[in-house]
Amino acid sequence: MPRQLRGTLQDLHTTQLLHLINLAKKTGSLKLFEGVATGKDIIMGDGETKRPEVVPGAERARIVFREGKLVYAQLTERDNHLATILHKANKLNDQQYRVIRERAASATDKALALLLINANYVSQVDIMQSIQQHTLEIVYDLMTWTREPFIFEEGEMPPNGRITVPIELENVIIQGTLRMRELDQLAKELPNLDFALRFPEAPGEKLKKIQLGVEEWRVVSFINPKNSIRQIAKACNMTDMQIRKIVYGLLNAGLVELVKPQEAPSKSQIRRADSKPNITPPQRPVITKLIDRIKNL
Amino acid sequence: MATTTVKMVITGPYASGKTEFIRSISEIDVVSTEKEVTPDTYEATIKPETTVAMDFGRITIDDELVLYLFGTPGQRRFDFMWEILAEGMLGFVVMVDSTKPETFREAKAILETFRAYAPTPYVVAANKQDMDDAWPAEDLRIALRIEDNVKLLPCVAKDKDKVKAVLLELLYSILEEMDT
Ligand SMILES: Nc1nc2c(ncn2[C@@H]2O[C@H](COP(=O)(O)OP(=O)(O)O)[C@@H](O)[C@H]2O)c(=O)[nH]1
Ligand SMILES: [Mg+2]
Repeated sequence: MPRQLRGTLQDLHTTQLLHLINLAKKTGSLKLFEGVATGKDIIMGDGETKRPEVVPGAERARIVFREGKLVYAQLTERDNHLATILHKANKLNDQQYRVIRERAASATDKALALLLINANYVSQVDIMQSIQQHTLEIVYDLMTWTREPFIFEEGEMPPNGRITVPIELENVIIQGTLRMRELDQLAKELPNLDFALRFPEAPGEKLKKIQLGVEEWRVVSFINPKNSIRQIAKACNMTDMQIRKIVYGLLNAGLVELVKPQEAPSKSQIRRADSKPNITPPQRPVITKLIDRIKNL
Repeated sequence: MATTTVKMVITGPYASGKTEFIRSISEIDVVSTEKEVTPDTYEATIKPETTVAMDFGRITIDDELVLYLFGTPGQRRFDFMWEILAEGMLGFVVMVDSTKPETFREAKAILETFRAYAPTPYVVAANKQDMDDAWPAEDLRIALRIEDNVKLLPCVAKDKDKVKAVLLELLYSILEEMDT
C-alpha cells in the first residue's frame, strides 16, 4: 500500500481532499508546497492539452488529521508559536506576550501551556479555543488556494510538543464550501484574467484617500494596459482567486478599469448533440459463455 | 451458422493503459492504427507511440461467438468516434491512470459521456496499481466521485490475470443487469 497521495490543487481541490480524508477516516499530514516548474510539460487526459509540470518545492502549509478529524494546522510563513496564537486571540496582553517570548522561547507548546495554566494566565479552555480558531483560519485560507502541489503522508503526525485539538471535518467542509461559493461568484464577475487593467482618467485623488493593503499596492504597481491580470498575478505570486479578490475590490472602488485583451480567447470546444443508438440486448447464454471462456484464458 | 459478434469498449484518458489492457488479453496482436510520432513532438515524451485511431482486440469463444474489444482513440479530437464505438456494446471499462491526478477529471468526464451514450453496465479500472505513486482504488473512488454501486477495480494492464478479473467483473454486472 502506498503511503502517499500526490497531486496538485489544480486537479483536486482542498475541499475534495478534506472530503476524502473525512470519508476514509485517514490519519496523516496533508502538506502543501510551493510549485516549482520543471520546465517540462505534462499532457492532460485529453491527450492534447499541455500544462507545465510542477513539483513540490518549499513547504507552505501543513494540516494534520487523526482518524478523519482535523487536529492541527500550520502555515510556514506564519508564526505558529502558542504564545503568538494566544496573543492574537487577546488571551495574553502585550507585556505577558513579550515576557513569554523572551523567557520561554524554547519551550514546546505543551510545556508552555502547562506553565501558563499553572500561572493562571489562561485557562485550558482559552488555549483549546484559540488553537481551534487558529487551525480553522488556516484551513479556510487553504481552501482558496488553487494550484499548489500536495502530498498526503499517511500516518505522519504534527511536530513534537504541538497541541492538537480535534475538529470535525464536516462543518469545516460546509463552511469552506460556502466561502468557495463567494469566490465562484467572484470568478463569474471577473471571468477573464486575460484582461488588462488601467487607471481611470483621474485616479490620483482616489488612490490617496483609499487605504490599500500591501497586496493591493503590489497589484497596483503592476497596472499597465500591456499587463494582463494573469501576468500581474504571476508577478505578485498570487493565485487566480487572490488576484480576483483584489482586482474585484479595486474595480468596485473605481480605482481601475478593465481593458480588453488584444487577442481573441482560445477556441471553445464544440460538443455534438447526443443521439441514442438502438441496442439489442444480449442473450444470457452469450454472457455465460463469455465468462467461461475468459476464466479459462 | 453465422457468427455472433459482441463488443466491449475500453475507454479512458490518454495514456491510461487502454492499449496495454487489450494487448494483454487479445488473441490477435492488437490492431491499432498507430501514427508515427516524430520525436520532437511533445507527445513523444509521454509515450513513444500515439494511437490516433483505435485499438482492436479479439477473443474467440467458439465457432459461433466472438468478442471484440475496442479501445477508444487517445485524443479528444477523435471523440466523434466514441458514439460509433458505443453503439451496441455489451458494456465498457473506464481505465484510470491511478498515478496521474491531472487526468482524473477527464476520466470522470469520459465516464459520464459514455454513460449518456448507452445505459449498459460499466466498471472503472484503477490502473497502474503496480506503481509506487498510484492512488489506492478506494481513494480514487472518493476523488472521482464514483458511486458505491459501481465496481472500481484495482488493475495492472500488463498483468493478464488482473485484466481477466476486470472483464469478468464487467460480465457479472451485465448478468446482474439482466436479472433485474
Ligand atoms: N506500470 C504500468 N504501466 C502501464 C500499465 N498500463 C499501461 N502502462 C504504460 O502506460 C503507458 C500508456 O499505456 P497505453 O496502453 O499506451 O495507454 P492508452 O493511451 O490508454 O492506450 C505505456 O507506456 C504503458 O506501457 C500498468 O498497469 N502499469
Ligand atoms: Mg492506446
